[in-house]
Amino acid sequence: MPFGNTHNQLKMNYSAEQEYPDLSKHNNHMAKVLTPEMYASLRDKQTPSGFTLDDVIQTGVDNPGHPFIMTVGCVAGDEETYEVFKDLLDPIIEDRHGGYKPTDKHKTDLNPDNLQGGDDLDPNYVLSSRVRTGRSIRGFCLPPHCSRGERRGIESLSVEALGVLDGDLNGKYYALKDMTDEEQQQLIDDHFLFDKPVSPLLLASGMARDWPDGRGIWHNDNKTFLVWVNEEDHLRVISMQKGGNMKEVFNRFCTGLTKIEELFKEKGHEFMWNEHLGYVLTCPSNLGTGLRGGVHVKLPNVSKHEKFSEILKRLRLQKRGTGGVDTAAVGGVFDISNADRLGFSEVELVQMVVDGVKLLVEMEKRLEAGQSIDDLMPEQK
Amino acid sequence: MASSFVRVLSSKRKMGILSLVGAGSLTVGFFLNREHVNAGSNVRRIYPASAEYPDLRKHNNCMASHLTPAIYAKLCDKATPNGYTLDEAIQTGVDNPGHPFIKTVGMVAGDEESYGVFADLFNPVIKERHNGYDPCNMKHPTDLDYSKIRGGLFDEKYVLSSRVRTGRSIRGLSLPPACTRAERREVERVVIDALAGLKGDLAGKYYSLTIMTDQEQQQLIDDHFLFDKPVSPLLTCAGMARDWPDARGIWHNNEKTFLVWVNEEDHTRVISMEKGGNMKRVFERFCKGLLEVERLIKERGWEFMWNENLGYILTCPSNLGTGLRAGVHVNLPRLSKDARFSKILDHLRLQKRGTGGVDTAAVGSTFDISNLDRLGQSEVQLVQTVIDGVNYLIECEKKLEKGQDIKIPAPPISQFK
Repeated sequence: MPFGNTHNQLKMNYSAEQEYPDLSKHNNHMAKVLTPEMYASLRDKQTPSGFTLDDVIQTGVDNPGHPFIMTVGCVAGDEETYEVFKDLLDPIIEDRHGGYKPTDKHKTDLNPDNLQGGDDLDPNYVLSSRVRTGRSIRGFCLPPHCSRGERRGIESLSVEALGVLDGDLNGKYYALKDMTDEEQQQLIDDHFLFDKPVSPLLLASGMARDWPDGRGIWHNDNKTFLVWVNEEDHLRVISMQKGGNMKEVFNRFCTGLTKIEELFKEKGHEFMWNEHLGYVLTCPSNLGTGLRGGVHVKLPNVSKHEKFSEILKRLRLQKRGTGGVDTAAVGGVFDISNADRLGFSEVELVQMVVDGVKLLVEMEKRLEAGQSIDDLMPEQK
Repeated sequence: MASSFVRVLSSKRKMGILSLVGAGSLTVGFFLNREHVNAGSNVRRIYPASAEYPDLRKHNNCMASHLTPAIYAKLCDKATPNGYTLDEAIQTGVDNPGHPFIKTVGMVAGDEESYGVFADLFNPVIKERHNGYDPCNMKHPTDLDYSKIRGGLFDEKYVLSSRVRTGRSIRGLSLPPACTRAERREVERVVIDALAGLKGDLAGKYYSLTIMTDQEQQQLIDDHFLFDKPVSPLLTCAGMARDWPDARGIWHNNEKTFLVWVNEEDHTRVISMEKGGNMKRVFERFCKGLLEVERLIKERGWEFMWNENLGYILTCPSNLGTGLRAGVHVNLPRLSKDARFSKILDHLRLQKRGTGGVDTAAVGSTFDISNLDRLGQSEVQLVQTVIDGVNYLIECEKKLEKGQDIKIPAPPISQFK
């Protein structure tokens, strides 16, 4: 089995104190929670596939974090990780997901009819709309821990299922290792291609092993529905299009996901899901819906307003640069998306994005006209 | 407080593990018996070896050249007593296909036993890398008797500095790709405990990477002693950089001529160096220091990893035997532009590097010239080779200065056939 200290028995020769990591300079969720006592009580445990505590925390030990950004600092190697190491992961989940308790239940709602509006975001401001999530196939280890055979198994199951999609969802799979130069260039131009991870947060967890074996990109002919295979999760599913019709994007998202789930079930496979954690993914930050719904929107005036951060916070939204997480905004264009993942349903989260972005655009127009936005200030959602 | 789920796992571990039922079967939940592995490590395999075999079609490294599907199938379920597996050993070679011109090794050892348990793969790799040396039936000579060296005082108009380095591993503790945090800390403790016993011109001080002050760090950088967290994917993919900078540090003597790196790419890297051309003295200090450190750790009940076939055991197979790289920074403005330069080096069993070390380019016409070989010849033999070879290069440079012609030396007799 690959990567990390999977030979757990050897470590039992040393005391917990001798093995306990030095977290004195660390600032991530794992370091906040992992006391020496907790380390001692969990370190002789492993999941059925052999994933150990040290495997879970390696990325957090290797990446002390940033004084301003709080990273998670741990990953799951399989579905059982969240159960076997719940003493560590429950408090992390609670801290990361706004107080979500170990006894809380998560609601899944992928019925796009439940979304109100969302088809009329002003395209003069909203340049593009996108919804993404991830899915894991039950019975297989997750990217930090899977073997080559498993990863290839995930790939072939996914390619088979996606091959059945038709109509608006008819598409094609491009395996990273067999891609021609032309195909690669086209995927880059479409902004579809993902590359071998360079972030030490990901590399330290073992997700990039055997690259590019078993990795690939599937997309429909219309280039509005995209699936990444074996990048940071088994599957990342993305629905996107230019303009502000989030309703259409979300429709396609739900339809596509539901169809894919059915196709997997027909072959005797289900997605990892339970009523407490929702959809189970590699990083605890993506539990629940794993959903990030967002837009690229022009907010040059609002973004300079002193209350911009406060407004986003009340709307339960977050801003990123248009290059994605950890990038800066360019030319007043921001990536605005939901901040939450767990404890709200898919419909609820996309509703927040739709309502919130509508309000932000209205504010932008007011400020453009030199008017005040004080009466538009939202309540905390 | 263990949940009932975890208690179920514990009892499953004690029940032992079932054997594989038929190749090609994809049913979940059967286990393979791994040799040498304690009953506690419950390793699950769903796929047969043929489904796990890496795709090495675009690869150009020694591991890829020798890892056939048959060898993979034979070794993939084995593990060392510490639990180190074949997949872990080859991960770096799978993740780094290599360079069309440079053939990297593509595998590492996680412990001393790796070289035995995975001999079916290590041996052909060692043979290719070390010019036909066959660990099965050859013995490696170890010789740290510096009095045997002839010459070794280079012309300092050409040679700017002289250096000898090697590595040593502490027997009984896993190597950097596989060691646990506690083992790594134990390596540090054993080594700095021994180094504290060095006296005279070898007396020195240890600087732990975790608690170094800014001033100490700057001084070590200025002295060119400081090593940093590895960035090369060849090393990071092997897992050597885990838990950085825990238990890593630098020890050096007060004169700054003898330096030990702790827990970088090996348990220890030992370096003797000086400005100028006195390779003889550099090697003398090298040997004295190494032998003294060995004496000190033996007093405390430890020893270095060594055996009569592979010599000193280090993480990378390329560093087996002596693990020794003896070299100089030398100015060869005319010779380096001569078309015969590479061939001359080749016949002298020398290699050139830039002055930043492996994979760097030469600056101006100053080169790092060192021995190519590591295994099958002793330390004394290799250093003599460097001394004789560098002298030859300087003679060539002088001849070219005078407008005289130079000769390519005869190729060496092929050693291990």
